[in-house]
Amino acid sequence: MGNKGLSSITKKLIMAITGGAMVFFLLFHASMNLVAIIKPSGYNKICEFLGANWYALVATVGLAALMVFHLIYAFVLSLQNYRARGKQRYAVVEKQEGVSWASKNMLVIGVIVLLGLGLHLFNFWAKMQLPEVLHKLGIEADITYAADGVHHIVNTFSCSVYSIIYLVWLVFLWFHLDHGIASVMQSIGWSNHVWQKRIECLGRFFAILIALMFASVVLYYWIGSFIG
Amino acid sequence: MKLTLKIWRQKNNIDKGQFVTYNVDNIPEEASFLEMLDILNEGLVVKGEDPVTFDHDCREGICGACGLYINGHPHGKFKNTTTCQLHMRKFKDGDTITIEPWRSEAFPIIKDLMVDRSALDRLIQAGGYVSVRTGGVPDANAIPISKHDADLSMDAASCIGCGACVATCKNGSAMLFVSAKFSQLALLPQGQVETYERVQKMVARMDELGFGNCSNTYACMAECPKGISVTNIARMNRQFLAAKIAEPLKK
Amino acid sequence: MKELNSKIPAGPLAEKWTNYKAHQNLVNPANKRKLDIIVIGTGLAGASAAASFGEMGFNVKVFCIQDSPRRAHSIAAQGGINAAKNYPNDGDSVYRLFYDTIKGGDYRAREANVYRLAELSNNIIDQCVAQGVPFAREYGGLLANRSFGGAQVSRTFYARGQTGQQLLLGAYSALSKEVERGTVKMYPRREMMDVVLVDGRARGVIMRNLVTGELERYAAHAVVIASGGYGRVFFLSTNAMSSNGSAEWQAYKKGAMMANPCFTQIHPTCIPVHGSYQSKLTLMSESLRNDGRIWVPKKKEDAEKLAKGQIKAKDIAEENRDYYLERRYPAFGNLVPRDVASRAAKERCDAGFGVNNTGLAVYLDFKEAIDRLGQKVVEEKYGNLFEMYERITDDDPYKTPMMIYPAVHYTMGGLWVDYELQTTIPGLFAAGEANFSDHGANRLGASALMQGLSDGYFILPYTMQNYLADQIGVPRFQTNTKEFDEAEKQIREKINKLMAINGKQTVDSIHRRLGLIMWNKVGMARNEAGLKEAIEEIKALRKEFWQDVKVPPQSSGMNNELEKALRVADFLEMGELMARDALMRNESCGGHFREEFQTPDGEAMRNDAEYSFVAAYEYQGPDKEPVLYKEELKFENVEVKQRNYK
Repeated sequence: MGNKGLSSITKKLIMAITGGAMVFFLLFHASMNLVAIIKPSGYNKICEFLGANWYALVATVGLAALMVFHLIYAFVLSLQNYRARGKQRYAVVEKQEGVSWASKNMLVIGVIVLLGLGLHLFNFWAKMQLPEVLHKLGIEADITYAADGVHHIVNTFSCSVYSIIYLVWLVFLWFHLDHGIASVMQSIGWSNHVWQKRIECLGRFFAILIALMFASVVLYYWIGSFIG
Repeated sequence: MKLTLKIWRQKNNIDKGQFVTYNVDNIPEEASFLEMLDILNEGLVVKGEDPVTFDHDCREGICGACGLYINGHPHGKFKNTTTCQLHMRKFKDGDTITIEPWRSEAFPIIKDLMVDRSALDRLIQAGGYVSVRTGGVPDANAIPISKHDADLSMDAASCIGCGACVATCKNGSAMLFVSAKFSQLALLPQGQVETYERVQKMVARMDELGFGNCSNTYACMAECPKGISVTNIARMNRQFLAAKIAEPLKK
Repeated sequence: MKELNSKIPAGPLAEKWTNYKAHQNLVNPANKRKLDIIVIGTGLAGASAAASFGEMGFNVKVFCIQDSPRRAHSIAAQGGINAAKNYPNDGDSVYRLFYDTIKGGDYRAREANVYRLAELSNNIIDQCVAQGVPFAREYGGLLANRSFGGAQVSRTFYARGQTGQQLLLGAYSALSKEVERGTVKMYPRREMMDVVLVDGRARGVIMRNLVTGELERYAAHAVVIASGGYGRVFFLSTNAMSSNGSAEWQAYKKGAMMANPCFTQIHPTCIPVHGSYQSKLTLMSESLRNDGRIWVPKKKEDAEKLAKGQIKAKDIAEENRDYYLERRYPAFGNLVPRDVASRAAKERCDAGFGVNNTGLAVYLDFKEAIDRLGQKVVEEKYGNLFEMYERITDDDPYKTPMMIYPAVHYTMGGLWVDYELQTTIPGLFAAGEANFSDHGANRLGASALMQGLSDGYFILPYTMQNYLADQIGVPRFQTNTKEFDEAEKQIREKINKLMAINGKQTVDSIHRRLGLIMWNKVGMARNEAGLKEAIEEIKALRKEFWQDVKVPPQSSGMNNELEKALRVADFLEMGELMARDALMRNESCGGHFREEFQTPDGEAMRNDAEYSFVAAYEYQGPDKEPVLYKEELKFENVEVKQRNYK
C-alpha cells in the first residue's frame, strides 16, 4: 500500500517548482497585457517578438512542460492522497478553523483553470503563434492577424459571454494562486514561525495583483466595446 | 443533560461496522466526554451489551491515547483540547453527538472507536531519535543552546502522538507528526549531527506506510490539540531538499 | 523462612556503587546475544532499561499495555526531575540530595540505594540532554532550574510543565532506535497475567493479548517488572486508567515479597473531586507551590459562605486569610514535602475551613505572584497547567485562585528488591515505581523521574549482567513446558470463573466501593479501629465481587470489562495487604499517618526504636495471612531525627 517512486516530498517539490515557475510566467504575461491598455501598438510589438521565434518557441515548450508536470503530479498526488484517506469516509465533516476552501480543493480549481486555459489558447494562441509555426513549417495557415494581439483582444472581449467566462476563470485562477503561492514557499521550505503569516499575506497579495492585472485588460476592452 | 449519541460500532477489523444510536440521560455537566462514555458503558454492561471500546488512558491530555472524531472534528471542535479534556458543559441539553473513529488507511480500526496507530511508532523508529547510547555522553551544560531554539524545540516536542493530524488531513498525511519530531531534534545541536540521514529515513518510512502527501491545507495545525505549527513542516521540507542536494556533494 | 539479603556492597557510602561496579560479573558481547530479557512496562524505568539492554546486545522483549510505549503514565509527570548538578551554585551536592531524599522519606529508605540514586542523578540529565530532551534553558543557553518541595536548593530540571513527557519520549526514542536495530522486540496492547518460574528462577511470562484475548507465552533468562504503582486501589487517583498493580501482584503471589505496601503518597495539589461518576483526578504540578500561596479563610463563617457560593475568594480580605503552611512552617513555607502539605490541608478542611461546596478544597493563589512577576512570566512558567485547570473546572486561575485538595498519586511501596533491584525470586527484577526502594515513607517531588531513569539507564544494565553472568550456558527456553502449561491453565480458570459469575454489579461499581474504603480508612489518616474495619470490609467486598460481579462476554477477543475485572480482583487483595501493613506499623512516618501517633502539634511521630525497618510480606496462599519479614534500616551517614520543616 506504500507510495512508490519518488518520495512524497520530492513530488511536492515538483509541484512547487513547476507551480512557482508558472507564477513567474503569469506575472510576466499580466505585465505584458497591461501594455495593451497603455499602448496597444507596443503590445503588438511584443506579440511580434513572441511569435514563431526560436526563443519564444523554447519558452512555450518549456511552459507546456511545466504545465504537464504540474498536472501529472497533481493527479498522482491526489490519487495517493485519496487512497491514504481510506475507503471509509467521515459521516460528519465540519470546516476546520482557518483552513481555506481553496487549499482543500486545489485539484478541482486547477482543472477549472485548465479548462479556461483551453479556451484561452483557442481564442489567442491558436490564432497567433500556432498559425505562424504552421506557416513556417510550410503548412497553409492564415497569418494576417498572427502578430496583431490587440485585434484578438478586441474581438474576444467585445463578446460579453467571453468576457464573463474570462472573469470567472480569473476568479478561479485567483483561488488557485491564493493558496498556491504561499504553498510553494511552504513546500520548498521557505517559511518559519516569523515568516509564515507574512508569506501567506504576500501570496495573497500576488494572487490579487495577478488576477487584477489580467482582469483589468478584460474589463478595459469589454467596457470599451460598449463605449465604442 | 440528555443526549443522543450516534456512535460507530464495529466488531473487528473485518466487520463492516455501522452507526448505532444511543440515548443517555442524567449526564452531569461537569463530567468529561470520556466520563460520559463511561456512564453509557456502565449502562450497556448492566444490560449485558457490548460496551463501546475506545482508547484512553491518562485522561489529562498528555498521553495521546484518546482520540475520537466528534461532530466532524478530531477531539471535538474546541482548540487545544484533547477528547479527555473536553467537558460536557460545552454541549447543550438535547444535543446529538456523532462519534467516529480516526479514519485513515494507515490507522486500521481494531474495534468500535479504537484504531491501530502503530504506524506512528514505526515512523519514530525510522529515525526519530539521536543515535546515542546510554552512558559516555558529555556534561549537560557542555553545549549551550539558545533559549529561542530550545523553546522552539520544546514547542515541537509537545506533540502527544494522538494522530489527530492524520485523522483530520484530507490526505491522511502524517507530515505534522513527523516534522514535529524532526524539528525537535533539528533545532538542537545534539540532533543536528544526523539531520540529513534522519529526514530521509523518516520521509521514506512515511511513504512506505501509506500516509498521504501534504497539500498545505494546515487542517492539521487547526485541529492539533497541542497547537503544533506547520512551520515544522516547512523546516522538514527545507532540510529534505538540503539533504538531497548536500548528500551527493559529500560523496 | 527466607532470608532478606539486601546485598549492600561494603565500603564507605560514597564508594559502594563504584565498588560494586568494579567487582561485579560481566557478560561478554558474544554471550549477550544468547541471552533474552523480558521487560514489562515502557514507562521511564521499563523503556530506559529495555533500550539500554538492547544497546548492550541482549535480546529484549518489551511489553506495554497501551497501543504505544509512549503512552506510559510517566508521561503525565509535570514538574521536573532532580539532580545534584549544583548549576545554580546554591550549595547543592550529591550528599545533600541524598540527605534531602532520606529525610523527605522520613528515614524509612536504605542509605546505600538513596546515595546511589543521588550519585546517578547527574548522569541522567547528561543522558537526556544528549538524547535531545528540550529542557528549559536560560538566555545564556545553559540549563534552568526550579525549586521543589522538601529542598532548600534549586535542583529541579524541567521542560515546561511536561517534564515527564519529554523524558519519556527520550526513553521511548532510545527504545525505538533499538526496535529498529532489531535488538528489542516490542509487544503493545499486552497485559502480564503471570510470571513463570522454572527451578525457582523467573524464566518467562504469560501475557494476555488485549486485542485478540489470547494468552501468549514468552520465555527469557530474566524478567524485569517496571509496570508502575498500584495507586488505583483507591479507584480515584492521579494514575492513568490502565495503571494497575497486577504484574507486581502476580510476582508477589509467585513468591516475590511486597515491601511497605501501606506507604502511599497523597499529593497535596490536585483538582478536588466533584462527582460520583468521576473516573480520575488530575494533578496540578507541585512546581505551582513555588509561586502559589495556599490558604483558607481564618473565619469559619467565611468558609461557610464560600461553601454556599455566597461570596468568592476575592471577597475575603487579606487579614482574614490563613496561609496555614507559611504559618506552621516558616522555613519551608508552601514548599514543605507532599505528605506534610497534604495533611495540613486535610487538617484545615476537617476543621471546617474548606472552601468549596464539599468542604474538601483549599485555595492555591497566584495573585501575589502575578502582581510581583507579571502575568506573562507566570504564563510562561505555568501556562499549560493553568489551561489544564481551566478546562476541567471552567475557572480562570489568573483571575480567581485555584481550588486544590490532596489525592492519591504514587505508591512508595512495591516489590521488595535488594541493592541489585532483584526481588526475592532470582531472575525477577523490579524497577521504577514497581519497586519499593528509594523513597522511604514519602517521595519528594521530582524524584520519581529520577528514580525510574536511574534504575533503567544506569543500575539494571550493570546488575542484570551480574545476574546473567552465570546463565550464559543456559540455552533459550521453550514455552511448551509444564511450568508454562500450569501457569496458563490457572489463568484460564480464573478468567472462566470471572466470566461465569454473571452477577449484577459492574466491575467499576465494586472498584469505586473499594476506593471509598481505602480512602476513608487507609488514606491520609489512619487509625487502628478504622484499619481493622477496612480489612473486614475489603474481605467482604472481595467475597461479594467473586459472587456478584458482572463481566459480560463480548463479540470479539477484546474485552475491557474482563481486563478491569482481573485488575480489580487483584486490587481487592492488595487493599487488604495495605491495610494490614498500616495496622502493623504503630508509628506515623511520611505518607503513613496513624492518628494515634502524632506530636502535640499534629506532626507525624516516628518510632525509630521499633519500626526502623522495611516491612516485606510473603504470600502464603489465598485468604491466608502473609508472613512479615523485617529488613532493619541502618543509618550511618545521617543523623536520624524528627523531620522539621519549621
